[in-house]
Amino acid sequence: MSEKKDKDVRVGVFVCSCGSNIGGLIDVKEVAEYAKSLPNVVFTQDNLYTCSETGLAQIKKGVTEHNLNRVVVASCTPRTHEPLFRETIKDVGLNEYLFQFVNIRDQCTWVHMKYPHEALEKAKEVIRMGVAKVSKLEALENIVVDATPTAMVIGGGVSGITSALSLANQGFETHLVEKDAQLGGKLNVLNKLFPTGQDASELLESLKERVKNNSNLTVYTSAKVTNIEGFVGNYEVEVQQNGKTTNLKIGVIVVAVGASLLTPTGKFGYDGKKRITQYELEEKLKNNDVKANNIVMIQCVGARNDERKYCSNVCCMSALKNALLIKEKNPDANITILFRDLYTPGTLYEEYYRRAREAGVIFLSYKLEKEPIVEENTIKVYNEYIGEEISVPYDLLVLSTPLIANDGNKELAQMLKVPLEENKFFLEAHVKLRPMDFATDGVFICGAAKWPVDITESITQGYAAAGRASTIISHDTIEVEGATSFLPDYNRDLCTGCEVCINVCPYKAISKNEDDEIVITQVLCKGCGVCGATCTNHAIIIRHFTDEQILSEIYAFGGS
Amino acid sequence: MDFEPKILGFLCNWCSYAGADLAGVSRMQYPPNIRVIRVMCSGRIDPQFIFEALRVGADGVIVLGCHLGDCHYLEGNYEAEKKFDMVKRFLKLINFDNRVRLDWVSASEGARYAQVITEFTDHIKALGPSPIGGDNPDKKILNNLKAIEDAASGDRMRALVGRERKITEQENVYGEQVDLEKFNKVFDSAIVEEYQRHRILVSLEEDTKSIKSLAAELEIDPSVVLEHIVCLKSRGQIDFGEFMGITPMFFKM
Repeated sequence: MSEKKDKDVRVGVFVCSCGSNIGGLIDVKEVAEYAKSLPNVVFTQDNLYTCSETGLAQIKKGVTEHNLNRVVVASCTPRTHEPLFRETIKDVGLNEYLFQFVNIRDQCTWVHMKYPHEALEKAKEVIRMGVAKVSKLEALENIVVDATPTAMVIGGGVSGITSALSLANQGFETHLVEKDAQLGGKLNVLNKLFPTGQDASELLESLKERVKNNSNLTVYTSAKVTNIEGFVGNYEVEVQQNGKTTNLKIGVIVVAVGASLLTPTGKFGYDGKKRITQYELEEKLKNNDVKANNIVMIQCVGARNDERKYCSNVCCMSALKNALLIKEKNPDANITILFRDLYTPGTLYEEYYRRAREAGVIFLSYKLEKEPIVEENTIKVYNEYIGEEISVPYDLLVLSTPLIANDGNKELAQMLKVPLEENKFFLEAHVKLRPMDFATDGVFICGAAKWPVDITESITQGYAAAGRASTIISHDTIEVEGATSFLPDYNRDLCTGCEVCINVCPYKAISKNEDDEIVITQVLCKGCGVCGATCTNHAIIIRHFTDEQILSEIYAFGGS
Repeated sequence: MDFEPKILGFLCNWCSYAGADLAGVSRMQYPPNIRVIRVMCSGRIDPQFIFEALRVGADGVIVLGCHLGDCHYLEGNYEAEKKFDMVKRFLKLINFDNRVRLDWVSASEGARYAQVITEFTDHIKALGPSPIGGDNPDKKILNNLKAIEDAASGDRMRALVGRERKITEQENVYGEQVDLEKFNKVFDSAIVEEYQRHRILVSLEEDTKSIKSLAAELEIDPSVVLEHIVCLKSRGQIDFGEFMGITPMFFKM
């Protein structure tokens, strides 16, 4: 092993036992002892829980007493605990970037439970790699930019209105852009809402009233966002409305564009009259226009199949609700619901299901492989419990089709530089850790634009996104991650101006100035590092993940 | 004793690293051979990293990113795919392409992560130790790997791979979209040319050599060696020094 030491680098290594999660399988004292032998390491310690008050105090004490200028924590995973340890070393005056996390729990002791010896060796090696990297890390400063205290919400459905109202009520100048002539989205069509039974129109009217009375809120109907430039705190958004263009300076953007409903053309004889969708039934119920006595509903039409694997989340409840509404008006109506699986989570929704059964609604299951056959006045459905086909007469057939992503999602996603998932819904930064955020700073998501959700969830998410968005514009300035791509002056000569980096940058963070020189706008960069891996002459440096830093890990892996 | 391979994994922070953590949280067990380097995006993986990992004795290298279309950075994994494709084509020249793998694991695929790592570990175990790992690395292969690494790090290959998506999916500077098949032809011949040129350069690091001796040593036709020598000289990478009789001897600049 190389004993070569980097000048003035003093590394401290803290090995966490995580109760028995790590210490139960491997000897953390031995690991800490081993770490002492590594180049640049001047202090090591094992802790029962490094993330506890005691553990954090021990890190601070270690840094102060041993004059450490780099810290390694070997523990759970950086994805949950790196921010905490970064803050801790910052508290004792170290730059937060001079920290390296080594994963010896989630990716070591938890997954090699039958191999304690190999797990111990692995822990030592990954710590060796971590120490090699931390020795090469450099102090970085977060980038500070001004923030315009204004918000834009794209989409004026229930989620968007809620979000916009919440932001406006917090005192932020808020702009709400809706593509249709009026606000409300699906609320305009829906009849009554589960689980309260409230009229959708009642909720919508109250929302509209509050929008009208809010002086911080500007509404643009029949409008479209046509261009978005800039970055967090400083977006320049172009809105087209009736041929008129408005340019707005916006700090944060909330995407609340909702979803569309699948029209089941060619499926189960859909004709929009005798065979309609659940959504069309809402309108009929609202207009008191359901005359049929024999009603059959088919669930999961065009959902949970090879083409669309997902569950649309709202259809089971819509069907139960509408079945009950019909039964209330006409107790003699025969209602049969053909389902594949019924999802009624929680006490309120399950209660709905029980009530529907008590009211006499009949539930028959079918399999995707043996779909019901729709004839002129009857439906034939194979029942696996009795092993026979059952014929059900109908004079109204209702097809529960899923919410699907809007056609316009791709265009908007490109403008915002945010990703879509495989079904073309918007993809959040992290499903659990950052559910309302996009990876792009300053852009947030709520409602059915992300995934099919019901009204209750749309409202909850509307508030949540507003809360997240306000954390940015409630400050005059914002800090963004300093680990970005960088073209240092001493590498300028290496740059040939080939523009490959401009092509591969997904965030348009790289451009050329009037002097034909490459300019990297740090605040636009998200630090993916693609430009660095692509640069034809190795001129671009990816801070915190430099070639030198990653290579040092590779060499430590190799044993030197 | 059974062969226990050394495996290095490059995992993107957002999908595959999260998937690996989920495997842990779910206590899914997999072989303890893998060591992981976390990067923000699989698109950060410079081909050089993979070659260096092999050079320092990795028996296998696996790169994992988000599924295509699900990249946290929009399209980083598409770039990763292009770069990895180049790495594989180069490594095929020294029969090392089956020691590297690119795959996709999402944040919710803990079980898949465990499965991919188990399969890859078994695959490398079956292949046996890397001929350039351990205490007695095969010098010839090591030199050829160096030539590959240098070739892939040169601006010609990097410019080609960096522009591949733009010119095959959009257009080149003349406004033409280049057919993928046509592009691959150019790409493959560039790979072979650059590989041979860098083998010459690696060989010249040892000593000054004549075209004839280079041709014999590298098992390349002398006329081809001459073409490469002309190119390398025009690039300023080699020059000829003294003559042995009437034979010019070349050295690396």
